[in-house]
Amino acid sequence: MCLFSFLVVIIFSFAFGTDLQVYNGMVPGILWVAFIFSGLLGLNRSFGTERDKGTLSGLLLCPVAPWEIFLAKMIGTLIFTTIMEIFTFLVFIILYNQNVLPFLVPLSLVIFLGTLGFSIVGTIFSAMSSATKARDVILSILVFPISVPVIIASVKATGLILEGRSIQTVYAWLKILVAFDMVFLLLAYLTFSHIMEE
Amino acid sequence: MDELHGQKYVVKARELIKKFGFKTALRQVNLSLISGDCLALFGPNGAGKTTLIQILCSLTLPTSGKVVIAGLDTRYHRAAIHRLIGVIAHDTFLYGDLTAVENLNFYGRMYNVPKLKARIDDLIDQVGLRAYKNDPVHTYSRGMKQRLSVARAILHDPAILFLDEPYTGLDQQGADDLQRLLNQFRDQRKTIVLASHNLARGLELCSHAAILNAGELIYHENTAGIDKNEFKQMYLKLTEEKTWSHQISAQVSYENSRRSYGKIFFPNSDPKN
Repeated sequence: MCLFSFLVVIIFSFAFGTDLQVYNGMVPGILWVAFIFSGLLGLNRSFGTERDKGTLSGLLLCPVAPWEIFLAKMIGTLIFTTIMEIFTFLVFIILYNQNVLPFLVPLSLVIFLGTLGFSIVGTIFSAMSSATKARDVILSILVFPISVPVIIASVKATGLILEGRSIQTVYAWLKILVAFDMVFLLLAYLTFSHIMEE
Repeated sequence: MDELHGQKYVVKARELIKKFGFKTALRQVNLSLISGDCLALFGPNGAGKTTLIQILCSLTLPTSGKVVIAGLDTRYHRAAIHRLIGVIAHDTFLYGDLTAVENLNFYGRMYNVPKLKARIDDLIDQVGLRAYKNDPVHTYSRGMKQRLSVARAILHDPAILFLDEPYTGLDQQGADDLQRLLNQFRDQRKTIVLASHNLARGLELCSHAAILNAGELIYHENTAGIDKNEFKQMYLKLTEEKTWSHQISAQVSYENSRRSYGKIFFPNSDPKN
């Protein structure tokens, strides 16, 4: 995941150069493209490997609710994606010469909420697609359209913060991110046992 | 009726039907076991044994029908049921990158097993893997994995064991060790459901035998005093007859559907053809 995100950031730096004054609006986009595409690699392994190795049934036979398995998987995805994001962010700061220290706290909040939303949706669809043959393709097809609100909100909020705007200006986007996370967490709670049934 | 001679049913399956698309894997299967019953489930390949075991241990839901384990419906009380059951299936449910001890430690923590370290040590000894307990599982042979799978299944001391082809990959020594463990389980009056092709071992262990063929439970009797050779003859006869009758009925329904298709879409076609 880290290597892939590193490559994405490098490729963008070759394509647009490291002086992004002309393309300033693209900075948050580049960052989130690296996050989302690399995160998808991790999602593919979340349930797929368990199913391939025949350990998923072992997990489902443990005396825990399917919802708890979902939470564990989602938190695992969140942790690995966050590690990848920290690495990507460091590379990004160095390559694009961005000074993010003054905005570190609000930026971290946006990245956390965006990643949480992506991890929730991704874990749900990773479980659904793990039983299919072309799960890599199906996961991408399912996750990207559903994640559009979280991607738009994250990119917009990140852009506003990098421009040096106050936290109040990104409040609306943060509310969208929180609402998205809550709705999909509730959806996972209600549906995950049915998803894992077959 | 939830009791037999005053004893509550531990496993009760009623009118189980399981369909995968157009294929019917189980047809109206009824099964009742009280505590201490040991059922050997025989049947040819594709008979529905694995599907039945998966439904009984609530890994799969039936298309229709109901399964109650120790008074708990599998649709609503999965976690509580999983605490009561141990399962050995085709897959070993083991993580290849972890050692035997780490695998058992993981599952032990999931089941909240008390005095886990001592229990793991004891089980590793019982399944004869002491010398390999710190090796990654992916370096094990199929038989060694199966031994560890047995340890995993009984780690939390379940009251009911569901075993799907547990002798797969085991050498003579491993199969004997497993048989000894299962005999201990049976003597402790725990309930066992064993799906196997091994008629001799199944009959030796179990108090009841059932034959499943093409999704139908065609035989379910007490095996006390039954002659193994007689049972084998009967098994072959029953499964052969049923297989033929199912093939014939499948052919007839295929022909009928072909004719109806002709009638509907080709109204001028001759119905005799």
